Amino acid sequence: MAHRKVGFGLRGIGHAVVNGVGRLGYASRFFLMILIGSGASFRRIHLTIREIYFTGVMSLIIILVSGLFVGMVLGLQGYETLQKYGSESALGSLVALSLVRELGPVLAALLFASRAGSAITAEIGLMKATEQIAAMEMMAVDPISRVVAPRFWAGVTSMPLLAAMFSAVGVFGGYLVGVVFIGVDVGSFWSQMEAAVDFRQDIVNGVIKSVVFGIAVTAIALFEGYDAPPTAEGVSHATTRTVVTSALVVLGLDFILTVFMFRGV
Amino acid sequence: MERTTLDMWVGAFMVGGLIALLILAFKVGNLGGYDGSKTYRVYGEFDNIGGLKIKAPVKSAGVVVGRVSGIQFDNKTFRAHVEMRLSQNNLFPKDTSAAILTSGLLGEQYIGLEAGGDEANLKNGDKFKLTQSAMVLEQLIGQALFSKASGEGGDKNTAQGGNKKP
Amino acid sequence: MPAENLVEISDLNFSYGKHPILKGINMNIPRGKLVAIMGLSGCGKTTTLRLIGGSIRPTTGSVKVAGKEVGGLDTEDLYTMRRKMGMLFQFGALFTDLSVYENVAFQMREHTDLPETVIRDLVMMKLHAVGLLGAHGLMPSELSGGMARRVALARAIALDPMLMMYDEPFAGLDPISLAVIGNLIRRLNDALGATSILVTHDIQESLKIVDYVYFMADGVVVAEGTADEIKASRLPFVHQFVWGESDGPVSFHYPSAPYREDLLLELAHGA
Repeated sequence: MAHRKVGFGLRGIGHAVVNGVGRLGYASRFFLMILIGSGASFRRIHLTIREIYFTGVMSLIIILVSGLFVGMVLGLQGYETLQKYGSESALGSLVALSLVRELGPVLAALLFASRAGSAITAEIGLMKATEQIAAMEMMAVDPISRVVAPRFWAGVTSMPLLAAMFSAVGVFGGYLVGVVFIGVDVGSFWSQMEAAVDFRQDIVNGVIKSVVFGIAVTAIALFEGYDAPPTAEGVSHATTRTVVTSALVVLGLDFILTVFMFRGV
Repeated sequence: MERTTLDMWVGAFMVGGLIALLILAFKVGNLGGYDGSKTYRVYGEFDNIGGLKIKAPVKSAGVVVGRVSGIQFDNKTFRAHVEMRLSQNNLFPKDTSAAILTSGLLGEQYIGLEAGGDEANLKNGDKFKLTQSAMVLEQLIGQALFSKASGEGGDKNTAQGGNKKP
Repeated sequence: MPAENLVEISDLNFSYGKHPILKGINMNIPRGKLVAIMGLSGCGKTTTLRLIGGSIRPTTGSVKVAGKEVGGLDTEDLYTMRRKMGMLFQFGALFTDLSVYENVAFQMREHTDLPETVIRDLVMMKLHAVGLLGAHGLMPSELSGGMARRVALARAIALDPMLMMYDEPFAGLDPISLAVIGNLIRRLNDALGATSILVTHDIQESLKIVDYVYFMADGVVVAEGTADEIKASRLPFVHQFVWGESDGPVSFHYPSAPYREDLLLELAHGA
């Protein structure tokens, strides 16, 4: 019996690898199809604007509230640590650098994946399950360019704006706790921040990161929705997979991007 | 939802995002203030710049008046050649001295300018005549130890002597 | 039979991988007629419809619509052809994020540059044709099943198609809605001068309205004829289907090894 089990295991692994590679190929082709079918997203900009409302505006509250709390926690924890070395004046730069370089783009992307990404997957999956996609094809309308591409560009546009708002609100949260509650000197808080944060090195890189995350999360959400089996169970699995895959891909990409961006510093 | 309401929300969202970006760029990242047209370049040569970095502030009387824009090693003089961009609004006499200072004990390093009394002001491309290098912590400690060692030399010798004895 | 057929299917085979779905189908759908394709669930009716619509391509054989081979068209030509087709999906497949009005206007907005006033007139006309003029402001989630089906019908005829396809239009409807939809299908076919294909297993309702019937079982056409011919048919399968008998050529049991052998096999494993 044992050799049969081993055989099954190996076959299972082989199967998983073949499946995974196949899916990756399909995903890449899907991504290419989105880019090719993007014309309508710009020609009929209101299609994209509508989706920005559903991805961007609807994510605002969770992004702003989380940003504020993350900034406040950073202020509190940063102060606790920095004051041991007598350099609590560096609080501003600590809060700003952590937010702009890492926490802003990464946390905003994770929140975006669970708020907007899962919604996109569920929506597209349901459109498929209720034959709306098929109906569109039968009406000679390409669903990729009519449904998928506008959502893609909306996600790519919203993500950096959300990340910027997350960071800005976070800095304000840090200021609130550090300066208003604890009483770090206002002047040194801002001046240290300004001195430490570089526009090109930190802010532009942070924005680049959030654009990349926006592309990744939106593409994953769209693909999972489009690829979902057209059943209630299939859609719910796809939604879960969107959040999990997005989180892993965002964290992995973050490491890779950080290596390229900040290694020389 | 009504299309105009939706457009308004999206518009507000875009504006909010752009404002956040601008806040990050100007308030946090300190972009602006010293754009190319409104600055002039001056140079200084230092024996040792310590941990000075590009973009480090140039201050006079504690006020930021410019930034370090370039650091090179001069192959002839074997000294560090530092390029600074100062705001056009802040003019300094020709005999101004530049020193590399540290903010706090472990803080970052910056260049401090001490204004002189010359009538003529520094112009684009001028060089500081007087410079003072960075205080490197190891050298400071080394000096302190050395002076202490020379001051208490006798005690040390006896101690060593004592050790050598069986 | 009129000389000209809008849809001609000959020797059509289709299989998913190694699993054959259609085995040598021959069908002709004459212009202006309402033709039903009937059969049990899983007999290949919907597959035939999808082959006509070009969503899938035949393994062998040919499907011609208006003289053009559907399987041989590239995407652009296929989309051109589909503009002349209308399809009603099983549960309507209305776009849930658009209002009833926008659903019906969808194709006009996508395929034409008509001014808003013209679109409005057209949409109201189509909604009037299905008796839902007053519902134009509702969202699909606010409609009953029968109403949703009628809106979908209005959407399908938005650009006056030459070929209408109905995929199980009667599924899950109450008797009144069912009669309403049935009548609409007949009336619209005649009013538009279109040709219609009706895929269904609701025999009683469809026999009232159709001109001609194809019966399918296990991927082949087993019987065909006019509504009266089908009702009078003595073929055992058709008889069982029309009169809804639980046993006949189509057996109650899913094919399996004889029960006794199965039991013995269990015993052998246990030992």
